[in-house]
Amino acid sequence: MGGGHAHHLQIAGDTLLHRLPAHAKIVGLVTFALAVVATPAPGWVPLGTALVIGVALVVRSGAPGRHIGRRLLVEVPFLIFAVVLPFVATGERTSIGPVTVSAPGLMASWLLVAKATSAVLAATAFSVTTTSRDIVAGLQRLRLPATLVAILSFMLRYLSVVGDEMTRMRIARESRGFRSRSVRSWGVLGRSLGSMFIRSFERGDRVHVAMLSRGWTGRLPVLDETPVAGRTWLQVLTPAALVLCVAAFLAVRP
Amino acid sequence: MSTPVLDLRGLAFRYPGSQQALFGVDLHVHAGERVALLGPNGAGKTTLVLHLNGVLRAGAGTVSVSGLSVDDANLAEIRRRVGIVFQDPDDQLFMPTVRDDVAFGPANLGLRGAELEARVAMALAAVGVADLADRVPHHLSFGQRRRVAIATVLAMEPDILVLDEPTSNLDPASRRELADILRALPVTVLMVTHDLPYAAELCERSLILSGGVVVADGPTLELLADPELLASHRLELPWGFTVPTAGRG
Repeated sequence: MGGGHAHHLQIAGDTLLHRLPAHAKIVGLVTFALAVVATPAPGWVPLGTALVIGVALVVRSGAPGRHIGRRLLVEVPFLIFAVVLPFVATGERTSIGPVTVSAPGLMASWLLVAKATSAVLAATAFSVTTTSRDIVAGLQRLRLPATLVAILSFMLRYLSVVGDEMTRMRIARESRGFRSRSVRSWGVLGRSLGSMFIRSFERGDRVHVAMLSRGWTGRLPVLDETPVAGRTWLQVLTPAALVLCVAAFLAVRP
Repeated sequence: MSTPVLDLRGLAFRYPGSQQALFGVDLHVHAGERVALLGPNGAGKTTLVLHLNGVLRAGAGTVSVSGLSVDDANLAEIRRRVGIVFQDPDDQLFMPTVRDDVAFGPANLGLRGAELEARVAMALAAVGVADLADRVPHHLSFGQRRRVAIATVLAMEPDILVLDEPTSNLDPASRRELADILRALPVTVLMVTHDLPYAAELCERSLILSGGVVVADGPTLELLADPELLASHRLELPWGFTVPTAGRG
């Protein structure tokens, strides 16, 4: 999937978001999401600020609208839930025009939409400006356990290889008249999956030998150790800081 | 004579719970040689290759690389000296990008920064794929992947390049391009293959491994001109191929 997926998600460009180091962006994204999640209800202004920041990040990413739109579809189930929530929630009722809905449900719905949307917008801005390879390298610099980094890295590299093998097996099945039309064909599909597992296991063995042959020490080498300037950290932490500052200012305001 | 780059004496090996694979292999390769190791399927060629850098350990006998014996104390240096290019490039190229993959070996040797970048650039340029550095291995042609696989071991500046079936799955043009690259590389080569014309084209000397022992060792053209020797070890020249008797072109 490596590049395959990288091509689906990341859009090449030379914006500030593209240039920032991946591990700094991950820290910025996670702190922003945490700040948004920590904002107490009703949070009209801080969450409104978070939404504006989310939109600004997506715009600054320079990715085409259609591409962004497709990425945002991931939020649709949450939005559906948010629409239903005011009608099914209990508690004090309030009227919106001719419709009567639950007031706590309405508030929960706003919080869900605002928090999910701003976080998804920021995550989309991150994913369209960062290659999957850089995301793994960034997690590695953030000291994610070596085994997890290796698993992620190999997943990126080998998902397409395994996908291609599965396609070849499907073509081989269909070339000999197999059609998956009923439960009775599940046995054949199960056996194909089993043989896929064995093939992947054997490939894992061969890859391990190839790694040993080139001096594998138990952890993937960190290739980019360029120190990050203080200014960069300031840039990536700004979104979270803005949300927190607005929320704190409103909380302490007399 | 100088210390051989590869020196195997009486190498024997049995897979645990399985039958004996090697029965006492004697083999030496000297600096600057390009040697072909020929043999039918199941002759023990790949088993032998895995002994050269200590992935498998000799049940009996010794393996030395440029005078250094293959044992735990020398393993890191042995793996730098012996660059093995495996048969399937998808096994060899396991990192997300070509650049990362070529950097993997030298980075494990401790190289970083500009030195590492220079090593990667040198290795990619040596096999003519400098422009593929940021590509994803899966998106390369098979021939390009094979060349990148060679670059991954060249980046470790090995004493000897060991190629396991280098021509498998290559189309004729990629095969010729690979031959041109191998001829141009200033490195000792052990080529494990049953592609006899390729051995004739690239290697002056060949060994035949059959039944776990070396049964012949001599000039490639002489070995290939002996149909009885080839037939008795399940080796055959392709239809229409005649062994050149004059100097190689």
